[in-house]
Amino acid sequence: MANLFDIFIKSIFIDNMVFAYFLGMCSFLAVSKTVKTSVGLGTAVIFVMTITVPVNYLLENYLLKAGALSWLGPQFADLNLDFLSFIIFIAVIASMVQLVEMIIEKYSPTLYTTLGIFLPLIAVNCAILGGSLFMQERDYRTVWEATSFGLGSGIGWFLAIVGMAAIREKIRYSNVPKPLKGLGITFIVTGLMGIAFMSFMGIKL
Amino acid sequence: MAKDSEPLFSSKNLKLLTDPLNNENPITVQVLGICSALAITVKLKPAIVMTLSVMVVLAVSNVVISALRKSIPPRIRIIVQLVVIATMVILVDQFLKAFAYDVSKQLSVFVGLIITNCIIMGRLEAFAMANKPWPSFLDGIGNASGYGIILIIVAFFRELLGSGTLLGYPVLEKTGLYNIGYENNGLMILPPMALITIGIIIWVQRAKNRSLIEE
Repeated sequence: MANLFDIFIKSIFIDNMVFAYFLGMCSFLAVSKTVKTSVGLGTAVIFVMTITVPVNYLLENYLLKAGALSWLGPQFADLNLDFLSFIIFIAVIASMVQLVEMIIEKYSPTLYTTLGIFLPLIAVNCAILGGSLFMQERDYRTVWEATSFGLGSGIGWFLAIVGMAAIREKIRYSNVPKPLKGLGITFIVTGLMGIAFMSFMGIKL
Repeated sequence: MAKDSEPLFSSKNLKLLTDPLNNENPITVQVLGICSALAITVKLKPAIVMTLSVMVVLAVSNVVISALRKSIPPRIRIIVQLVVIATMVILVDQFLKAFAYDVSKQLSVFVGLIITNCIIMGRLEAFAMANKPWPSFLDGIGNASGYGIILIIVAFFRELLGSGTLLGYPVLEKTGLYNIGYENNGLMILPPMALITIGIIIWVQRAKNRSLIEE
């Protein structure tokens, strides 16, 4: 149990998707103009991430890994389908996004209208695929560990984009040098936020 | 056949190649493909390998999508594009694992993340779906070079100032700077400095080219 909690905290703060790995930057920069939209996108990312990471974990361990197919019979034991993982992961993500979109539309039309265009866009958010690839690289032992990693990374991304949007709403009123306005200052602020987040690295878990 | 009379390197086609280097730069102007770009700019070598990989993937998938553009049903085009990109990325990944294993280890998940690199999806959507294969090929090469230039500039400064080497060669040690008390700036190796370096590049570029300034 303690182990799961460690992974959860670690993936929110120390291995933050945005500030430590720069994942999901495109939508992070494009959608962080107002707090309201960024809350919508952040929620959708948490949602999709918590579902896709464990699903891909199961696929990885029972389908793709070297020897993973041995449950089919001894003759499959030395198969290694690892090279297919990119295409499988992205297919899972794209179809999950589609599925989540349909479920939300059916059961919670209000949430659906708030998320709007952001839901389909998540399919090409690098943070989601990145989550699955890191899960593969780090070799989590159980599906619960993978789930808490997925949830934690999603929450970390959510915190990052909401914080960024709040800063950008305020920065609109300050006197930034003209060539730096808009994109330039956003990059630099993200960098400074990243430095702040690095102070969490001292935490030993 | 009037459409065949256009020379291969007409000025319109050359523009496709050169525009992304400055006015239409994918990173600093179109804000695409930042995701995988920044984490691999600590050293120059992975940045160069990454640029080449993106160039191959972008150029080939641009050509493929452009050749198929009339037969792809619009409703499922995203999936078709993703499949083409993912196939190319798998090829590049396997190639790197076979011939440049240490670099492929350094790039870790970021080769796979070329799939969701927004430059590639963006160019397929915006250009290849509406143009012939040859201009699409040039557009791919142009945009990948625009991406690569920023990557290489950032990696150059980060490696030089952060570890005092270039491509692993100890440049600063040879100049004798260390003897007069110079020290490497450890901050440059940390991830946030990549963002700040790009911010400064954007600043310089927009100060020179006033038409890019946002209001």
